[in-house]
Amino acid sequence: MSAGVATSLVTNAAGRRVPTHVNGRQESPYNGVNQQTPTGTKATPPIRSSADYPTNGDKRVRDLETALRLCGLRDGMTISSHHHLRNGDRVALTALQTAARMGAKDLVWFPSASFPCHEPVIDLMKSGAVHHIEGSMNGPLGDYCSHGHMRGLGVLRSHGGRWQAVQDGEVHIDIAVIAAPTADFFGNADGSHGRSACGSLGFALADSVYADRVIVVTDNLVPFPCVPWQIQGNNVDYVVEVDSIGDPSMIVSGTTQITRSPDRLRISELVARFLRDSGIMRDGFSFQAGAGGIALAFVDYLAGMMKQANVKAGFVRGGSTKYLVDLLNEGLIGYILDGQTFDLDAVKSIASNPRHVATSPFTSYNFHGKGNFASLVDAAVLGATEVDVNFNANVVTHSDGRLLHGIGGWQNCLFAGCTILAVPSFRDRIPVIVDEVTTVTGPGELIDIVATERGIAINPRRQDLLDAVKGKGLPIRPIEELQAEVEKICGGKPAKPRLLDRPVAVVKWVDGTVLDTVWQVVDDNPYAPKVSGGE
Amino acid sequence: MPAVAKISELRRGEAGRGGDDIRSDLYVSFEERGSGGIEIGLRSRVELYYGEVIRRQVHDVLRTLGVEHALIEIVDEGALPFVIAARIEAAVRRAGLAQRKSVLPEAVTLAAPSQRDRLRRSRLYLPGNEPKYFINAGLHGPDAVILDLEDSVHYAEKDAARLLVRNALRAVDFGVAERMVRINQLPLGLADLEEIVPQSPDLILVPKVETAAQISDVVGAIDSIAKGVGVTRPIWLMPILESALGIENAFAIATASDRIAAITLGLEDYTADLGVAKTAGGSESLYARMRVVNAAHAAHVQAIDSVYGDVADTEGLLHWGEASRAMGFEGMGCIHPVQIEIIHRAFAPAPNELEKALAIVAAFDEAQARGLGVVSLGSKMIDAPVVQRAVKLVALAKKMGISADQAPAGEAS
Repeated sequence: MSAGVATSLVTNAAGRRVPTHVNGRQESPYNGVNQQTPTGTKATPPIRSSADYPTNGDKRVRDLETALRLCGLRDGMTISSHHHLRNGDRVALTALQTAARMGAKDLVWFPSASFPCHEPVIDLMKSGAVHHIEGSMNGPLGDYCSHGHMRGLGVLRSHGGRWQAVQDGEVHIDIAVIAAPTADFFGNADGSHGRSACGSLGFALADSVYADRVIVVTDNLVPFPCVPWQIQGNNVDYVVEVDSIGDPSMIVSGTTQITRSPDRLRISELVARFLRDSGIMRDGFSFQAGAGGIALAFVDYLAGMMKQANVKAGFVRGGSTKYLVDLLNEGLIGYILDGQTFDLDAVKSIASNPRHVATSPFTSYNFHGKGNFASLVDAAVLGATEVDVNFNANVVTHSDGRLLHGIGGWQNCLFAGCTILAVPSFRDRIPVIVDEVTTVTGPGELIDIVATERGIAINPRRQDLLDAVKGKGLPIRPIEELQAEVEKICGGKPAKPRLLDRPVAVVKWVDGTVLDTVWQVVDDNPYAPKVSGGE
Repeated sequence: MPAVAKISELRRGEAGRGGDDIRSDLYVSFEERGSGGIEIGLRSRVELYYGEVIRRQVHDVLRTLGVEHALIEIVDEGALPFVIAARIEAAVRRAGLAQRKSVLPEAVTLAAPSQRDRLRRSRLYLPGNEPKYFINAGLHGPDAVILDLEDSVHYAEKDAARLLVRNALRAVDFGVAERMVRINQLPLGLADLEEIVPQSPDLILVPKVETAAQISDVVGAIDSIAKGVGVTRPIWLMPILESALGIENAFAIATASDRIAAITLGLEDYTADLGVAKTAGGSESLYARMRVVNAAHAAHVQAIDSVYGDVADTEGLLHWGEASRAMGFEGMGCIHPVQIEIIHRAFAPAPNELEKALAIVAAFDEAQARGLGVVSLGSKMIDAPVVQRAVKLVALAKKMGISADQAPAGEAS
């Protein structure tokens, strides 16, 4: 029934069964960290001529429908969109709905991430307009895919992996639709100004370079030139002006709040103490932390320790928030290299502070480049839904097997000097440290620390870190001991939910190989915890 | 109980809470049946992982309670086993069954028995009917946790909270924190003691104490229950003085029993009794606090301060704590774990203070070794009380794990 069902399954280097073919395309199974050597040349977008574009530079067309028609919309095309407008985005859904109204069938939607606001794409899949999604899925979209309703296989990639897939020609984008908070008629576009300002547009950069056709959609058309131009008009085919590209209140939060949960605060503090006591926190060091509750509190604790020790960070990779911006303004950090801008203060900062720099998945994360920033970072603080006793971790599925979360930059950040998973030791009654994760999203050899409220486990591969914090008074404990303690509290090992032997999605590693398979769920658990969207 | 009850005699009971905003608790609805065995209706957040384990536990608990036929419906929000047992027991008891029976969870290994004069800088309040806060409370490093059955528990929930706290005392590992329980005033507090005392709490806080006789009543009840079940670990008392009369009787109360390890005061009730506003500066309660300090020291028990209510104001808490220590208190209450570390800092000797004390102690030791009657430091002669205070301070700092260079207290690794 599904065009994308694998012809066969093989066991990869992570010991996981993965399909040899995904949506009709042959794939390489995961081969180990740094084991897959790419060959060949990058994808080649078609050559265009200025002669075919207006000499006055005005690429505006009446509406999205006109733009899609001029782009040659056909059945089976791949249409891309981007999540810098997060849950406030109106452009991706409008583009897909317009294409459906125009009669297009079997489209592949290739978002950089999907959010709960994209739930109506389910209707488009039911009607046949959209064949499948290659991108993160969660909430209702994740459930739809997890229950095997999607006609093709979902393909989950990291932000860097998405760039790699486009650049390597694994995914050919027919039409890229880029939502732009500010643009000019030539197609130059910027994200840090306008009423729908969102910060960096980095996620759309690969699409603007490699797609056959590029449409910029804006609700803030400014006279040429739109500066800065993170998206260059020279890559853009058409510009569409609309009343609104999104709901500003959902694009950025007014203020991001530090968690008040005592357990999460304790985890955050332990992570900060670990960085201090291991010596990673030293003049000129760098770190990355997202906008989640634990990450924000971690930044707050670390900032206090940096001030006390009179230590300054060279640069910090965001997810930027008010908290990072305050540190930048206080001179505690040299630069913010920003991948995603989460709140109003951060958007204001990126628009005005030259030390707050917009980056892209190319500069930060692309594994098939001549290096990337993620591996220059001294410490990355990340989350996970599960981690096993060999430090393999899961970030895409809930322990019941349902798609819960996109990969985001998570896989890419594993290349940091010290990778820290900051997680509670159990959620509700469900232990986070397990014998085997439901879906391997990151190989254990790249994960150094699991920090929980009950103690910190250091990967035995990192004897250097074990030595560095010896005698420093941190609660360092073997991961098996943490697991046993939590299982005792929770009343034994949790049962493993049964999954059907039918793939619904695959998880790609940063080099384009297939790391694991997401299987169709059997048990409908309507009473499972509610999930919110995210990349 | 007859094997088959008449329909008209069948009884119902409910306990606990469920719903989207509830975590780590459960709602239980119990209905006695005349026949047909046990029927379980379970809706659980963790059905896929622990559904079968929960069903097994329900059968075990009901069997222990002597229930053979019943319909039991559960909405579980990820509650831990000791909570599930307490809620089922509460629902069954509310149905009027199993009055003399209980289901005790497996007991964790307890830390060493509590010393009368142990450190009591911080005591973390845990509302007795909110199980989600219990399991990790000890991780935050308070000197004590207080499982509260009094003001934080609604009157209608006293019976259920009592069972929950009883089970927590057995099943939750609070680490090295002293396990305290705040009971209700007698006579309600007697029912609390019946459930609590057999689980060897380290200390019982007795609220709204106004006379020494009230302490004698509590001590009598503890003695008889402890003797009946063979509890041998010490159970200390900390009376809370919360009225003008209680403050007046502070010394009599502090000396009412050998079990008393500390006295403290409750400023909300005290200021209400006086009919004055409770201010941030606390000048209205200055006399009460000083009276408590003096009475405690006269009775050779610890003087423990009230709580600081504004969790967000960490600066204010630090100042309050420092002033409190300067006044002669040895600790205070916490209403949120973030207050613990700040309170420990406030009650720690300052570096220069400790340095000076160490020098005095060294001079004293040297004088002793040389057989000198007079202790001198540099050109100054040191009086005996000064030496005594320095010795006390050095001993206290050692207890707190503080050395002269102020290395932070480490955690066991």
